[in-house]
Amino acid sequence: MTRLVMSGAYAQSYAALLAKVQVVSAYPITPQTSIVEKLADFVATGKLKAEYIKVESEHSALQVCVSAAGLGARTYTATSSQGLLLMHELLHWASGMRAPIVMGVVNRAVAPPWNIGADHTDTMSQRDTGWVQIYAESNQEVLDTVLQAYRLAEDPMVRLPVMVTEDAFYLSHTVEPVDVPSGEVVDRFLPPRDARAVLFPGVASRLGSFTGPDHYVEFRREVARAMDNVPATFASVEAEYERLTGRCHGGPLSTYRTEGADAVLVTMGTAATTARGVVDELRAEGKKVGLAKLRMFRPFPTRAVRDLASRVDRLGVMDRSYTFGASGPAATEVTAALYTSPHHPTVSGFLAGIGGRDVTPGEVRRMFGALLAGEPTEIRWIDLEEQQELKIDG
Amino acid sequence: MAKLTIPAPELMYSGHAACPGCGAALAMRLVLKGLGPRTVLSIPACCWTVIATPYPTSALGVSVLDNPIEATGASLSGLRAAADALGYKDLNVVGFAGDGGTADIGLQALSGMLERRTNAIYVMYDNEGYMNTGVQRSGATPQGAWTTTTPVEGTSRGKPEGKKDIMGIVLAHRPTYAATLNPAFPEDLLRKVEKARDLTGPRFLHTFAPCPPGWKYSSEESIELGRLATDAGIFPLFEVENGRYRITRKGGALKPVDEYVRAQGRFRHFTPEDVQALQTEVRLAWEHLLRMEKETA
Repeated sequence: MTRLVMSGAYAQSYAALLAKVQVVSAYPITPQTSIVEKLADFVATGKLKAEYIKVESEHSALQVCVSAAGLGARTYTATSSQGLLLMHELLHWASGMRAPIVMGVVNRAVAPPWNIGADHTDTMSQRDTGWVQIYAESNQEVLDTVLQAYRLAEDPMVRLPVMVTEDAFYLSHTVEPVDVPSGEVVDRFLPPRDARAVLFPGVASRLGSFTGPDHYVEFRREVARAMDNVPATFASVEAEYERLTGRCHGGPLSTYRTEGADAVLVTMGTAATTARGVVDELRAEGKKVGLAKLRMFRPFPTRAVRDLASRVDRLGVMDRSYTFGASGPAATEVTAALYTSPHHPTVSGFLAGIGGRDVTPGEVRRMFGALLAGEPTEIRWIDLEEQQELKIDG
Repeated sequence: MAKLTIPAPELMYSGHAACPGCGAALAMRLVLKGLGPRTVLSIPACCWTVIATPYPTSALGVSVLDNPIEATGASLSGLRAAADALGYKDLNVVGFAGDGGTADIGLQALSGMLERRTNAIYVMYDNEGYMNTGVQRSGATPQGAWTTTTPVEGTSRGKPEGKKDIMGIVLAHRPTYAATLNPAFPEDLLRKVEKARDLTGPRFLHTFAPCPPGWKYSSEESIELGRLATDAGIFPLFEVENGRYRITRKGGALKPVDEYVRAQGRFRHFTPEDVQALQTEVRLAWEHLLRMEKETA
């Protein structure tokens, strides 16, 4: 093990290096660029023996991975925001073809207006594409999760693509000390991809094909089953990773000081760090509050959310994106998970950190304050409170 | 007696779902004979998605990967990268895409693949329209042709615009090899496929693929129409290797285009002036080709 100071972007690159990916495809987009720049260095200096394909669009970037994975290669690509949106069609192809691609996504706002700040609209818009989605809180978690993602994606019970996301700039361009496991440890954890390629060169076979209703439903059901297998497989992957490295990031819904809590705030990505500090402050003040970090959004950890709900009367959910005409996507999912649960805590939705706006401890305190006051709200635009709303209509 | 030069082994089987007289099916059959079984095909959404027959059957004796309509070029780069990374030797990486999936929506990925100099063969079978979806116009539809989106009624008289010059676009990328094929000339087609197979780098094959239901002619006339297309200069046969042009069928003076036009319902509304305009265009293109052959000799 080595401790290196690196950005969240480089944490993706180092993880791809350690995973010995065989095919990398890349199209640049801010703030993803340093991920693929570092990988170019690794390939140029011989540290990573991979085919590095510089494509002409993100659509092609993912097609390169889908086709390469179809022949049996371990593949990696990374993108952000508009690039992820352009990939949308291929996201469905990847999961439908059961291509175990791992992709780094730097969560960035979607235009217009142009904005490169942290925001989850890009990945939330892809939640129905059959990809496993894991949101990281720290650079360490980025590196560990990418390695875990390959084991998960390539597991015969799963065989689905995985995106490991990190908040723009708060992680991608912020350096932190990261413990990098040795190559030997990673090799033990992550053996080469099963050589049984999906497509056998020189043998009559077809990957993709077309079907009528007579078989199509079965194919969809297989993807659904694979998704259903993710929680158990991920638990064993995390356990083995912990045995080898001593690190575990706490399952799909990682809780902090939720014992005996009157109110728990559910957050995703880097907002968890801010919220954890606020939980400590409020606990010191005698207020019983806790935090639940929603790491995995697909498959949605329904059981873990219900388990949390059995212990708490008031839940708040902070979203970093908004579904127009509905609500915050995480708040909606949490609420839906509880409908058939015997426990029904109140669920309040909070929108914060949209388009890279800072999520301050003060704002998190306000969210907890509202929860403790017992005033459930469907959705509150926290970003717009306590300041003059910017008037854009003259 | 002429020596038979067409390889006997079949890699396209009976039971395929092509229309009778389908030029795209003929092209596939001959192209695969030239490539052999060590071939992986990437096929976008096109007629061939269906011709290969639905799951769990396949009319093709090679491995096939389906890809979305606009991504064949990228798919070839991915397949080649994986083949290299995994040490698969002597594997032909081949795209087989329609004209819409190549010259329209797939142009970006094709350009990317050519610019990256992906070691693969891209075959565009040109049935001059979106035939699988019911005969809509594409960039490769010839000027004046009837399609369902360029009707001949009211103020519309077929496709107002000319045919996109895909060979010109491809050649601007300086590929290792580019050639036009016509299943009506199987020896010429096979020779070019085998030549492409044995070269490395980006290779592009543009094959004529007459379409009886789309072009409105009787299915038994596909070969005859194909011969006419080349001999009238509508679809000249040539190849370009490292920038050097060579016309591979030159039968003296070109036949008039009139017979080719009259054979197809999609041109039924053509006036003598329309035929004359096409004749002029064909003559100019042919003269350009002769010039290119001479200049690059």
